[in-house]
Amino acid sequence: MEVDAMTAPPTPAATPPARPGLLARLADSDLCWSLHRSPLALAAGLVLILVSLAALFAPLLATQNPYDLAQLDLTNAELPPMWLEDGQAAYALGSDNQGRDVYSAILYGSRISLVIGAATVALSLAIGLIVGLSAGYSGGWVDNLLMRIGDTLLSIPTILVAILVTAVFRQLLPPGLREAFSAIILVVAISMTNWVQYARTVRASTLVERRKEYVQAARLIGVRPLRIMIGHILPNPLTPVLVTATLNLGLAILIEATLSFLGIGMPPTEPSLGTLIRIGNQYLFSGQWWVVVFPAAYLSLIVLAVNLLGDWLRDALNPKLR
Amino acid sequence: MPRNNAATAAPLLEVEDLACWFDISPPLMERMLEGKPRQILKAVDGVSFSVARGTTLSIVGESGCGKSTIARLLVGLHKPTRGSIRFSQGAHGALRVQMIFQDPYASLNPRWRVGDIVAEPIRTLKLRPDEAATRRRVDELLSLVGLSPADGRKYPHEFSGGQRQRISIARALATEAEFLVCDEPTSALDVSVQAQILNLMRDLQRKFGLTYVFISHNLSVVRHMSERVAVMYLGRLVEEAAAETLFADPRHPYTRLLLDTIPDLEAPNRHRQPMGGEVPSPIAPPPGCTFHPRCPLVREACRKGRPDLRLMPDGARLACIATQEAEARLAVPA
Repeated sequence: MEVDAMTAPPTPAATPPARPGLLARLADSDLCWSLHRSPLALAAGLVLILVSLAALFAPLLATQNPYDLAQLDLTNAELPPMWLEDGQAAYALGSDNQGRDVYSAILYGSRISLVIGAATVALSLAIGLIVGLSAGYSGGWVDNLLMRIGDTLLSIPTILVAILVTAVFRQLLPPGLREAFSAIILVVAISMTNWVQYARTVRASTLVERRKEYVQAARLIGVRPLRIMIGHILPNPLTPVLVTATLNLGLAILIEATLSFLGIGMPPTEPSLGTLIRIGNQYLFSGQWWVVVFPAAYLSLIVLAVNLLGDWLRDALNPKLR
Repeated sequence: MPRNNAATAAPLLEVEDLACWFDISPPLMERMLEGKPRQILKAVDGVSFSVARGTTLSIVGESGCGKSTIARLLVGLHKPTRGSIRFSQGAHGALRVQMIFQDPYASLNPRWRVGDIVAEPIRTLKLRPDEAATRRRVDELLSLVGLSPADGRKYPHEFSGGQRQRISIARALATEAEFLVCDEPTSALDVSVQAQILNLMRDLQRKFGLTYVFISHNLSVVRHMSERVAVMYLGRLVEEAAAETLFADPRHPYTRLLLDTIPDLEAPNRHRQPMGGEVPSPIAPPPGCTFHPRCPLVREACRKGRPDLRLMPDGARLACIATQEAEARLAVPA
């Protein structure tokens, strides 16, 4: 670009050189280069893509719809995986006590787990960015109030806060609606504590940037605070926030699973991976290990992949480690 | 070079009894438990001056004397504790005031292209109707400060300190400001680059009739820039005079000390009075004239009463008991 500026005729109307497309620039970026050199992260990314695709196309890939009670047949209950004695090809990973195909249930369950995880990250990210920016930029009592609220939430274990929130919501909602809203309640309950981490990161960075002269110059020009926050301040903490968000996706999926396992998350009629593990747990000692082991293994695979990808992203985006 | 007389032209800026105090007390709990007193730092304490349109007033003093606080008060980054700042009307309604910052490395957003940095005021204040006109204006501004329009596509880190300061100036001019507060704009630059930036600022002043308040600790820089010079010590003005008067005939002992520290090419080995002592803490300033612990002319009255900034017959203003007395004695027989 520098060479171009030197040799170009001095007419300001000269068209800038055509920029390569987004995909081409992405493929040429440092990030992509670093991904190529880290087979573990590449594998984790691949696993995540496959898992997401499987969740997205679950209705096409599954052999039955586990939500549709009419498709379940009790004569096919408690079948072992197909490679064991008595196993049937239609129930590749076996079935549970209601004749539900474990493989289909996992596909549908991962859908719920992934959606709740992603929604939790999105909601806590939104709350965290707003709270962090306003606390850091306004300072004073606003900062104190918001950050003390965050500290208070952090001082209670996440699971406990989530249980409290879930309990309160369930009391507020009429019984008929509780099941329908259980996913939304879960997202709110988990976000309740998750946002604090983002808020702290953003606030710390905002406090630093707010005092810098380029921000003061923007204030002098008369740029509105909201524009200063978004245009000048927000890009600074975005890298650590992105890394936190990736790692928190795994955490959110796990918390959802834990809550569902404890029986206060997704109902058995709409099982997430956690609900499947809870249901399967009851049969573990009577020999039907497949009902719990496969959902649990799939959950671990997802969380492991997310965490590996998050770890790689943290290192890849850290300029000191390049 | 036309030297406007501040007394005849209507002043663009009038500052009266300006003060800015900072509460630097320990937290309430500590004060209650350990009986610590409240602590007030009087960064600026009762400063009055005026600046005529198209001229430069320089404010000089050692670090910590409150000159940067004045700069920030003038542009509104600090709220005054007391006193008033009055601007006259600008060409387009309210007078547009901008600031050139000291550190050219911190005053430009490193993530923005230079073109966008310079365009930000134009877009914010909607000074041009459309994007094409904005682009043209940015190119024009970049050429005006001695950069090339093609530089607009680069990022700040591709420029040297002096070039960055040029970008800062272009951004300030983009607002169509008539009044610029320059807070030590050259102190972070190499000496050779300093002169270029100062010349650029002088040229722009002549071309657009800009008015500057120029903050510096460097008297030799100030000499070439200003119509009037104010010397500041511990939050107050001690002397304010036309630049020629101040440099030819410094009256306050502190001004003389400052001038003595300038290296002189003509007399490199002249006898120089070393600057005695440190600047006292502005939290607990000495009683009376705050300069008395370092003053060679100190007398009993200086330790008790604080001298006022008095108007002298030649239009200079001076706050020194000893010098005022001496000049009054000389004036009587004449």
